[in-house]
Amino acid sequence: MTERLRVNPIQCVGHGVCAELLPELVTLDEWGYPIVDPGPVPPALDRDARRAVAACPALALKLTRSEEPARSG
Amino acid sequence: MNTAFWYASRATGIVALLLLTAVLVLGILVNRQGRLPGLPRFAVTDLHRNLSLLSVTFIAIHVFTAVLDTYVHIPLISAVIPFASGYERLWLALGAVSLDIMLAMIVTSLLRGRLNRILWRAVHLLAYASWPVAFAHSIGSSKDLQQGWMLGLAVGCAVIVAAAVIWRLAHAARQVPRAGRVAAVFSQHTVTR
Amino acid sequence: MTTVVNQSAPGGAARQAAGLPRLLPAAPEDLHAHLARYGPAPYRNQPGALIADVEASGLTGRGGAAFPVHRKLAAVARAGLRQGRTVVVANGAESEPASRKDELLLQLAPNLVLDGLQLTAEAVGAAEAHLYLHYAPGPQILRALAERAARGLDRLAVSITQAPPRFLAGQEAAVVNRLGGGPALPTFQPPRVSERGLGGAPTLVQNVETLAHLALIARYGPRWFRAAGTAAEPGSMLTTIYRPDAKAHVREVAIGTPLRTLLGDGAEVSRAQGAQGAQAWLVGGYHGTWLPMPDAAGITLDNASLRRFGAAAGAGVLAALPSDRCGLTEVARVTSYLAAESAGQCGPCLNGLPRIAAALAELAGSGHRRRTVADLKRWSGLVEGRGACNHPDGTVRFVRSALVVFEPEIRRHAGGRCAATNRRPFLPLPDGLPTSEEDWT
Repeated sequence: MTERLRVNPIQCVGHGVCAELLPELVTLDEWGYPIVDPGPVPPALDRDARRAVAACPALALKLTRSEEPARSG
Repeated sequence: MNTAFWYASRATGIVALLLLTAVLVLGILVNRQGRLPGLPRFAVTDLHRNLSLLSVTFIAIHVFTAVLDTYVHIPLISAVIPFASGYERLWLALGAVSLDIMLAMIVTSLLRGRLNRILWRAVHLLAYASWPVAFAHSIGSSKDLQQGWMLGLAVGCAVIVAAAVIWRLAHAARQVPRAGRVAAVFSQHTVTR
Repeated sequence: MTTVVNQSAPGGAARQAAGLPRLLPAAPEDLHAHLARYGPAPYRNQPGALIADVEASGLTGRGGAAFPVHRKLAAVARAGLRQGRTVVVANGAESEPASRKDELLLQLAPNLVLDGLQLTAEAVGAAEAHLYLHYAPGPQILRALAERAARGLDRLAVSITQAPPRFLAGQEAAVVNRLGGGPALPTFQPPRVSERGLGGAPTLVQNVETLAHLALIARYGPRWFRAAGTAAEPGSMLTTIYRPDAKAHVREVAIGTPLRTLLGDGAEVSRAQGAQGAQAWLVGGYHGTWLPMPDAAGITLDNASLRRFGAAAGAGVLAALPSDRCGLTEVARVTSYLAAESAGQCGPCLNGLPRIAAALAELAGSGHRRRTVADLKRWSGLVEGRGACNHPDGTVRFVRSALVVFEPEIRRHAGGRCAATNRRPFLPLPDGLPTSEEDWT
């Protein structure tokens, strides 16, 4: 089962908390909006990812689950 | 022993008022994407959340010590049901109303991911009602806050909250509605030659 | 009311047998003429029964996305079995300003579209049907609905909703948003509207031309449909064509037709105009792709061929830009329009598109800053894929292909020169940009 981070770009207003809490997967563009790594969330970062999702003041960051196993490479 | 409860209740009440003032200001700061100097953005959101939980803890002690104190009879239920107490009925009722709102805010915030977004926001906006009601409860039921430097402290809190709310409202008034946002970006970037 | 010319219909022969045109008669057909030519819509009296025929026919959506129609039908039907309710919408919003095909189809053959809507509703088990238009319904549509109601032909009543004249108003989620009483603004998907759409019910949003093809497939079968077009992309499609030596017109063509048949090769155009012919082709409208001439001259109108140039047929808008115009000016005008039509809901699109448009205006002027092209490329990369709809993606496709095709012109402008001799705008754009919330409802 893989988890991926997704941003709802309509809800997102660019608080930028996600990029601070999960810099490995989220960076901010020149306007302050998150660029999110589309790949599966590595298990080691799972807790940080959940924290980032909970911390978003706009609740714009989501963790989606899908049934496919994480593909390597 | 009894007076210890009574003093504890008064003291925790005052601390709770200070904490709630900080929580409200921090909440506005989160909304406005403001920063605390030298601290990362998540510090503002985390402080807002953690201080709100700390406030409720202090309020819980404030309530329990008031109940345990036997000098006046205050039933526990009056902490959440307004007018259930014989002592200082009005002022305690205000405390109960304020606490009820706070409990609703905390419960909805803990369940945030699962709740309808509009419902969460509506409950959270009740913060602007909860603080003044808590303030009235504090001033009305505490002789401490009605004089001397403590009165100054209380008034100081009110001024800070008023300033923060005015800041918030000013931004809301200035905010470009969605239909005008693109035009606003255009006007900043059109090159005239 | 359009003044677009219909160049599809030959004089009266049995169109079905001949192949083309299939959709557009020479003149508007009322219900009587429609029934005389086609007979009544062949209901199967069994939900889902049409879907296999649609799959065998290989019909793809004609609204721009070219999604296999049977897959959409099956998804909505399946979701409807779980939820108990589905909705069908005939999307006639035709928000692409350069496209006139849906408008013409609804004038000339509204009954084909309405047949398709009813047949589709049966296939997915819908209890609610809508027709979504961006202009007030014309007399032909209203007459068609009235005549059908009088004869009791339609199993579902069709509600007409008028969309605002916005570029995004025809986007699937925007359609559902508008039908639900909100503004015609895209919403975040997932869930897709085929899973959760109008009123929470699975909703099928299908372009009106697609429904017309479907109405014919239901009568004549998948083999008939495949008699035109290519094996991989069967059937015919409506195109809207802009070329310097003719008035703008709609033409139904078999998929796989060489583009030079539709847009002319340089020689034809120059004979008509004395000019140098077409400097570039635009395929797929304002979210489409610029193709360099003469390199693209051999391309055929099918996605397999167009893909080699990074293009797709989209909703069939084809334009041959005459050599006497300034390509950069055209691109800058269109991109300004696209930026102004952003919903403004998503940070990257809101911030990126106006900046991209301003930079293109700079390139279209005389002498630009050295960083402008680099900025353009960076912003294009930043907006792509980061909105709730594909407005930024389509705009970036249009802009990136323009930067390649008009690169010589960019260099000329940098040196203060321009090859154009004709300042008249070529590509059509509507007046009136959105300024308030009401403009989206």
